[in-house]
Amino acid sequence: MSGEEFVPLSLVPILIGTFTAIACALPGNFLVLRKQALIGDAISHVVLPGIVVAFLVTGTLGTWPMMIGAGLAAIVAVILIEAIRRLGRIETGAAMGVVFTSMFAAGVLLLERSDTSTVHLDVEHALMGNLESLIWLDADGWASLLDPVALEGLPPELSRIFLTMLGVAAFLWLFWRPLKISTFDESFAEGLGIRTGALGMALVIVSAIAAVAAFDAVGSIIVIAMFICPPAAARLMTDRLEAQIAWSVGFATLSAVLGYVLAGYGPLWLGGDNAVSAAGMIATLSGCILALAVLFGPKRSRIGAPTEG
Amino acid sequence: MTHLELAADHGHRVAKERLDASPLAIRGLTVSYGEKPAVFSVDATIEDGSMTAIIGPNGAGKSTLLKAALGVIKPLSGTVTVHGKPLESARGRIAYVPQRASIDWDFPARVIDVVLMGLYRELGMIARVTGAHRRKALDCLERVGMGDFAHRQIGQLSGGQQQRVFLARALAQDADLYLLDEPFAGVDAATEKAIIDVLKALKAQGRTVVAVHHDLATITDYFDHVFLINVRKVAEGPVATTFTAETLQKAYGGRLATAQIEDLELGAG
Repeated sequence: MSGEEFVPLSLVPILIGTFTAIACALPGNFLVLRKQALIGDAISHVVLPGIVVAFLVTGTLGTWPMMIGAGLAAIVAVILIEAIRRLGRIETGAAMGVVFTSMFAAGVLLLERSDTSTVHLDVEHALMGNLESLIWLDADGWASLLDPVALEGLPPELSRIFLTMLGVAAFLWLFWRPLKISTFDESFAEGLGIRTGALGMALVIVSAIAAVAAFDAVGSIIVIAMFICPPAAARLMTDRLEAQIAWSVGFATLSAVLGYVLAGYGPLWLGGDNAVSAAGMIATLSGCILALAVLFGPKRSRIGAPTEG
Repeated sequence: MTHLELAADHGHRVAKERLDASPLAIRGLTVSYGEKPAVFSVDATIEDGSMTAIIGPNGAGKSTLLKAALGVIKPLSGTVTVHGKPLESARGRIAYVPQRASIDWDFPARVIDVVLMGLYRELGMIARVTGAHRRKALDCLERVGMGDFAHRQIGQLSGGQQQRVFLARALAQDADLYLLDEPFAGVDAATEKAIIDVLKALKAQGRTVVAVHHDLATITDYFDHVFLINVRKVAEGPVATTFTAETLQKAYGGRLATAQIEDLELGAG
């Protein structure tokens, strides 16, 4: 593939897909270990009613109203989940299941009943995003990467998700030690004086930011998959948290790059004539990687295995 | 000043001196998980340099007392002081060993990684782990007889080995006060011996050890002080005077048969 074709059409979607995958997989490592992996699922679902309400209030599909609407919806959901968990005295997973399905369904109803025919807002878009449309028309080859005029024309989603990814990475780097200790042994962490409640909340908020920024670019399917699949597969490759993070970033990148290429060219290779959804392919691929890790990962079959001695 | 005022003032001063001398003084501690209190209005004054066993029947609030003393559970009321100072300013002097069963041992970490967690207050959030830190962690593992296991995945350890790793992590904290929640629960005889040897060595260095304990038969061998609790405090003091048939009967009620009490090696009281 020549640079003239690749750079304007494929480079940006691949980068956005990769940054999204990494931004979600990084906090996903801790969510999976804390058995809170469904949080990513919950957040990416509740974002829909937030966006619809933001559209109904402002009448536009501008980025900031969407982001604010999604953020508010995520906060409402987290509060509802906590309230149901405490008042109902049930486990978090059940509370999340109730909240995110209801809110997502409400979002679908709202979307159906409101007049969004003039704008590009529908359930399919919310689920799949539109990675393929994030093209860089100002580019005409690799040289454009050094051309300031062409760089101006980069889709704004790219810098947004890149900054989000950096922010998520910075949070994990800064709070690495307390996060690790409190994820492993919460009582001990409290005894050390670590504010485990605030730290857990901060982790959920950072995950929510990643989910909302990712939703903006690629839809909720990738978000849900990336919070869980790369970290879960990475856990099966190593017994060290540091290495697990590295593996999860590798798997996230592999899913994004290979998924995009397969979605765009796979059907052509198989004799079909149109591409399939990149978001769907990336998410599917991350699931396949997890399946392979479950079957062949060196550290599999740990859970529930009897300890010797 | 009247005699009465003098006496009150004197009493206050004595109380304050006792408080300042105690590595862990609890006043009016009440903890509740739901409607019923798990620990009700408990006072405790742990003797400096002692080895104190917290004993009482199941559900008596032993672990809760320990957790609330550390602020792991928020109490409804009560104060905790460490040598007369508030708990928050003295966290670096306390090491806590939670119940082994409260942890998911499938966590991706090696034995040495867990012991290094004990250096958190020394390292802070950012500082890099150096060779000196690793040597210190290895030394703590040697002290509990686990030096050869430093690079094992923690999920591969037996229950007794896990408990020793937890103790090594507490040793790495280099504290004055060690709080242990059932350190002997479900461990093999060799581990029990290794743990009690380490705890006695700590006491010999002048440190204070407080442990929730279940096995009444080993109290006189292992500990010099007892604290009996059954939601409310029943008694506290030296084993010789406080670990008696009377206080046990009071703490355990009908759950401890008279014949069982007669078998125990009790204090003189």
